Amino acid sequence: MKLLLTHLAPLAGGLLKTLELTALAFPLAVVLGTLLGVCRVGPLPPLRAAGALYVHLVRNSPLFLVLFMMVFALPYAGVRVPLFWSSVIGLALYFGSYVCETFRSGVHSIPVGEIEAAQAIGLGFRGVLRTVVLPQAFRAMVQPLGNVCINVALASALATAFGVLDLTGQARAFNAQYAQPIASFVAAGIGYLLVTLTVGAATGLIERKVRILR
Amino acid sequence: MTRSVESVLFGQLGPRGRARMRWWTAGSAVLVLGLVAAALAQLGHTGQLDRDRWSPLLTWGTQHYYLQGLANTLKIGLTGAALSLVAGTLAGLGRLSPRRWISLPSAAGIEFIRSIPLILIVYFFMLGLPEVGVRVPTFWQLGIPVVLHAGAVFAEIVRAGVRSVGRGQYDAAIALGLRRGTAMRLVVLPQALRILRPALITQLVRALKESSLGYIVGYPELMSDSRVLSQFSGNLLQTYVITGVYFVVLNFLLSGAATLVDRGAGPGARGRRRRPGPGLTTESVPRPLPQKAA
Repeated sequence: MKLLLTHLAPLAGGLLKTLELTALAFPLAVVLGTLLGVCRVGPLPPLRAAGALYVHLVRNSPLFLVLFMMVFALPYAGVRVPLFWSSVIGLALYFGSYVCETFRSGVHSIPVGEIEAAQAIGLGFRGVLRTVVLPQAFRAMVQPLGNVCINVALASALATAFGVLDLTGQARAFNAQYAQPIASFVAAGIGYLLVTLTVGAATGLIERKVRILR
Repeated sequence: MTRSVESVLFGQLGPRGRARMRWWTAGSAVLVLGLVAAALAQLGHTGQLDRDRWSPLLTWGTQHYYLQGLANTLKIGLTGAALSLVAGTLAGLGRLSPRRWISLPSAAGIEFIRSIPLILIVYFFMLGLPEVGVRVPTFWQLGIPVVLHAGAVFAEIVRAGVRSVGRGQYDAAIALGLRRGTAMRLVVLPQALRILRPALITQLVRALKESSLGYIVGYPELMSDSRVLSQFSGNLLQTYVITGVYFVVLNFLLSGAATLVDRGAGPGARGRRRRPGPGLTTESVPRPLPQKAA
């Protein structure tokens, strides 16, 4: 335990790397997922089909395979990305599909009658979207998006397998060096616990802030 | 006929709107096809689409090797899913227990495992425990973490399921003189598990996806076997594309089955569907007399 405290710096560095991965991959996933979500609920059949195909392909393959493809297979296709960024892109591509489904269920959570009512009082397409659909869809998305963010943080640990020294990677290195499995892995676990608790609390706070009181 | 949000939003277009929509449809089709064509062109340019890079992978010998990997993937997936159902149900019920000394440790365990990455648990069993002299067989180096992780997720699902059955059922069973455990076992749990049937398949899909970490522990499932194949043939991209196809097809079929079960079309759904009691059938409700046309 004392050993752990004197070598806290690498573990803290690993935690920082995990946070960096999450902080870059999650917003990218939100952007990608929202675009995909718009494609999937939109009226254009080609985009709907493409969005559905993407979501089914990605959600049914393991994240490990997606990351593996980004890191090892992409260079064969002539695309070379630094290791850290290929992990970020892999995470964003994978969780984009989850954000897309979040967006879709957010839109579907709106009662159809509300849209019809808005149309009946003369709101146009944009008006309905801006004043009725999107504000409610985004509010319904807060909690699920928080969960996606937590999942991104946890899943970013897979980057360790490719040599990114994030929290899990540092725990593994620490264990290899000092043969202290319980201390090193439990310390890493507590690090992840801190991240998930923080994100969870932040999500709860945001949700209470934006809630519509009925 | 249920109206979807989309049909209401985009349903009422005039002739000009419809014409515009046709242009947009054509344009978006060009965009999608263009992206696919660009990706294929890039792959072709780097020689990844050459026939001799794919043909060795499509021989029976190679596919046989894939299928062996698939069998092991299924082994991990099914074992992981089955054990996680048991562990998850126990932990979920433990968390609901009125006894503090059961519910608190259950809740703490579930929450801790849910908030750490699976790979960290895998490394703990694979690299950590041998340091203190505990050696777990390769299968269980992956199997135990999958069970723990999927079990913690399922525990929360069980808890939600039991909650959704409603307190009234439980209270009624208690009022009839059943003990707490018996009421849970005979009344609440069967109904909760029936609601959770689609979640059982989701659980299997989760375990199958998580089994890909066999690559790390060196258990010969699909991902590890693909490593051998790609080193043997030198065609890494092609090998793993086929691995992906195996995973996607398998999980897509299972997800489809989950949707079917969800809609109540699954095996056994028809025969066991609950009928309303005699007092509640629509036949016994007095209907308003049909009005005669004036």
